[in-house]
Amino acid sequence: MSKRKLNIFTKGFFKENPTFVLLLGLCPTLATTTSAINGMSMGLATLFVLVLSNIVISAIAPLVPDKVHIPVYIVVIATFVTILQFAMQAYTPDMYKTLGLFIPLIVVNCIVLGRAEAFASKNGIVDSALDGLGIGFGFTMSLTVLGLVREILGSGSAFGWKFISGDGLLVFVMAPGAFLALGYLMVLFNKIAKKN
Amino acid sequence: MLVSPNPHLHSKTTTAVLMRDVVIALLPAVIVSVVFYGWKELLVLAVSVLSCVLVEYLITRYCLKKASTIGDWSAIVTGILLALNLPTTTPWWVVFIGALVAIGVAKMTFGGLGQNVFNPALVGRVFLLISFPTYMTHWEIPQGLFGVDAISGATPLGVIKEGLMQGASVPELMAQHGYSYSQMLFANIGGSAGEACAIAILVGFIYLVARKVIKPWITLSILGTVAAVSCIFWLANPAQFTDPLFNLLTGGLLLGSCFMATDYVTSPMTTKGGIIFGIGIGFITLMIRYFGSYPEGMSFAILIMNSTVPLLNNWFHQKKYGRA
Repeated sequence: MSKRKLNIFTKGFFKENPTFVLLLGLCPTLATTTSAINGMSMGLATLFVLVLSNIVISAIAPLVPDKVHIPVYIVVIATFVTILQFAMQAYTPDMYKTLGLFIPLIVVNCIVLGRAEAFASKNGIVDSALDGLGIGFGFTMSLTVLGLVREILGSGSAFGWKFISGDGLLVFVMAPGAFLALGYLMVLFNKIAKKN
Repeated sequence: MLVSPNPHLHSKTTTAVLMRDVVIALLPAVIVSVVFYGWKELLVLAVSVLSCVLVEYLITRYCLKKASTIGDWSAIVTGILLALNLPTTTPWWVVFIGALVAIGVAKMTFGGLGQNVFNPALVGRVFLLISFPTYMTHWEIPQGLFGVDAISGATPLGVIKEGLMQGASVPELMAQHGYSYSQMLFANIGGSAGEACAIAILVGFIYLVARKVIKPWITLSILGTVAAVSCIFWLANPAQFTDPLFNLLTGGLLLGSCFMATDYVTSPMTTKGGIIFGIGIGFITLMIRYFGSYPEGMSFAILIMNSTVPLLNNWFHQKKYGRA
């Protein structure tokens, strides 16, 4: 892999991390990260849609008239979200129930549309796929870390493995805890990013 | 930052002097709570104050790498207020987490004293209330300094809320539990330590006003709003709604309106702004008590109104002297 291609792939993890740097897709980020598993599932679901929609949009972008490009992109994204939704309903019904409304809401996730607009419509198919993979894994990583932190503090468990009896700091399972944890993780992330 | 317009006066008053006055004003409430609740309360107070000071020292020294700011007494005030807001049976490590959140999250994250948007002690309390509902709603009836057998019981506000949900009426509940106003004024009702004695809080409040540390308008507008609004509801339906005096004397209303709503940093700078601020706190508190799922809403009301302070400062800024 050439250095440029590697760069397209890795920028999603640190330089353009969708959660901690670009602050995109905060609605699912805050709502679904009550545990590490939930966060990771949400991240992987978004990754699936992101990669496939990036590929298709970069392929059809030259054919789409400029005036209707947003509706066209949304239809492409919605198609993959529907496929994902049916697949999850069939094979992982429990996770589908947990994530609930946030699966169909991937259609309007600004990360997906943002990458279509900013990257896939201007670049080739391979580059767009790499971009989708990088940003998608960056998003998955962030959501898993946030979910892990909230799960450890809020319920005293990690990936479902419980290490204290009883409850943790219940606030971290609720919305205020999501904001607190995200804020402090962002501080930590920026501090590490600045050092490197 | 907002600076009041000219002319400015020089004064010897410093933050430390003001904060020390607040600590002196809190002493009656502290002494009374220790006398009523015994050594357990002293332990809660000690852990709270020490951990607030320690957390502030460690953060300024090692995270911010600045000179420590514990000399301004503000961490001590936060520690005392946090302790007075907790049940006496709170385990020491829960108190420590409260102090950590109060100083670390609510105060130092925003940049320290003068820059915090929300009252640190209340953020600590509400964090604990949401995180540890079992510890935070386990109240004790005061048994005195040497009382051994602690009796746990609900607060009057909690009793009324519970009773109303089961279909009883307010006068029935008051008679059944033998609540009297003199008891509420002088002590012996269940609740957090700072709610034990209304008189002790009022003495501290009068001291602060007399020393010109705070202006009384915010406190008076909170108490006035609660009295007026609850009077309307009570006259309309005395079986469903508690009377004004009951509302003034129970829960954290007095402690909150005298010592926490009047916090310099998190209250509006002008008198007009302060009165609006107080009306908001009084109204929200009463609405939570009457219609909310929590029996008491004082801490939520103060935190909600704290967030409107920049707006109130903007609307009611001081007029400049001379021609503009």
